[in-house]
Amino acid sequence: MPEKTLDPTPGQTIGPFYAYGTVYPKMHEVAHPYSPGAIVLGGTVYDGGGAPIPDSMVEIFGADADGSVPRARGAFRRDDHSFTGFGRSFTTDEGRYEFWTRNPGAEAGKAAFFAVVVFARGLPDKLHTRIYLPDDEAALAADPLLSSLSAAERATLVATRLPDGSLQHDIRLQGEGETVFLTF
Amino acid sequence: MTDTQAAAPESLLASQDFPEQAQITREIQDLHAEYARREAAGEKLPLTIHDFPPYRSSLLRHPTKNPKLVDPETIELYSPAFGQRDVAAIESDLTLQHSGEPLGERITVRGRLLDSWGRPVPNQLIEIWQANSAGRYIHQRDQHPAPLDPNFTGAGRAITNDDGEYLFTTIKPGPYPWKNHQNAWRPAHIHFSVFGSAFTQRIITQMYFPGDPLFALDPIYNSIRRQQDRERLISTYDHDLTVPEFSMAYRWDIVIDGPDATWSEPEGEH
Repeated sequence: MPEKTLDPTPGQTIGPFYAYGTVYPKMHEVAHPYSPGAIVLGGTVYDGGGAPIPDSMVEIFGADADGSVPRARGAFRRDDHSFTGFGRSFTTDEGRYEFWTRNPGAEAGKAAFFAVVVFARGLPDKLHTRIYLPDDEAALAADPLLSSLSAAERATLVATRLPDGSLQHDIRLQGEGETVFLTF
Repeated sequence: MTDTQAAAPESLLASQDFPEQAQITREIQDLHAEYARREAAGEKLPLTIHDFPPYRSSLLRHPTKNPKLVDPETIELYSPAFGQRDVAAIESDLTLQHSGEPLGERITVRGRLLDSWGRPVPNQLIEIWQANSAGRYIHQRDQHPAPLDPNFTGAGRAITNDDGEYLFTTIKPGPYPWKNHQNAWRPAHIHFSVFGSAFTQRIITQMYFPGDPLFALDPIYNSIRRQQDRERLISTYDHDLTVPEFSMAYRWDIVIDGPDATWSEPEGEH
């Protein structure tokens, strides 16, 4: 691999007025709500004082149910059947984000997760994290990232499966139960 | 969720202590000096500082722990696939979205999306949003008493071409006041949202205009700790790009940072 020749452009906060610039139709419908295998993935984004953050933007990118990386185009013009794996959600006044999507698959023995990016007013730069599916305990135990964390940290990266099949996962930017964020 | 009250967004926009500019400027200078010392002592620091108190609304919104260094896996090494289908050509001209011409200084903003190795990144989505020429956002929470322009929304999109190039036609945004501190003004800027060739490279940032007197005063611009990195957000006036009797022009390249793992994953070869 050759030397890098260019210095990267630094990130900045998304600011308060992103909604009209980044909104698009069905942006949180990664999978059509009435398609087979569609589930809700949702949760609340909290600040360090335990208050919900009403002006943040959460994005996910996930594998298809068979573990394959979606290469279909059209994440910004949903046709209601192509699975692009990408979705965007603005938090509500109650701080809640929500997606319709599919349970991502993974290679045998690997833990399945959504790649996640969080932006917010007051957050000077993006934050990367993951949301793991809770179902395959052996795979979670073998995951290199999760197994390097304490039990409390690990809990911030694994979603909860509700009886209706949906996934619930809160994101805490600061303080008790602070989500583990990632750098690559 | 039941024991917390829903936040009132408007009330959050003003900082609690509402200090004078001189205090904010001092805090910025002290932090820049502190981070320079820490870097000189060998500490590895990000370009943009999450814990940056002069930007008052960051106080409760920045992580307190260092991010965990991980090898990107599977999905993180790819980006959502975009194509011309995702964006209409007219979306890159912000002056054509209404029946009349927007007020202000018409500009072209052109540049290239590159990776750390200088390779162009084609077929990636760039979204922009900005205030109008009077410094007013169309967003309903912007209560700055400057006029809205019925002929300007201030949002656009483009897909980079085979050479990684993008081009927007818009009007130059005005500076605008915010309530971070007393008489706080943001330097004029355009927000850029960019997808790289891997999800790890996803970036949202702001492009500024050369020579803005507000740079040294602005906590958001200065949340980037080093001068040479802050300057990467300042576009360059490009006379060759201007259109005679029609528009001014600025050039601004965006470099997405690749973790080493992204080297062998150029778009379209898998």
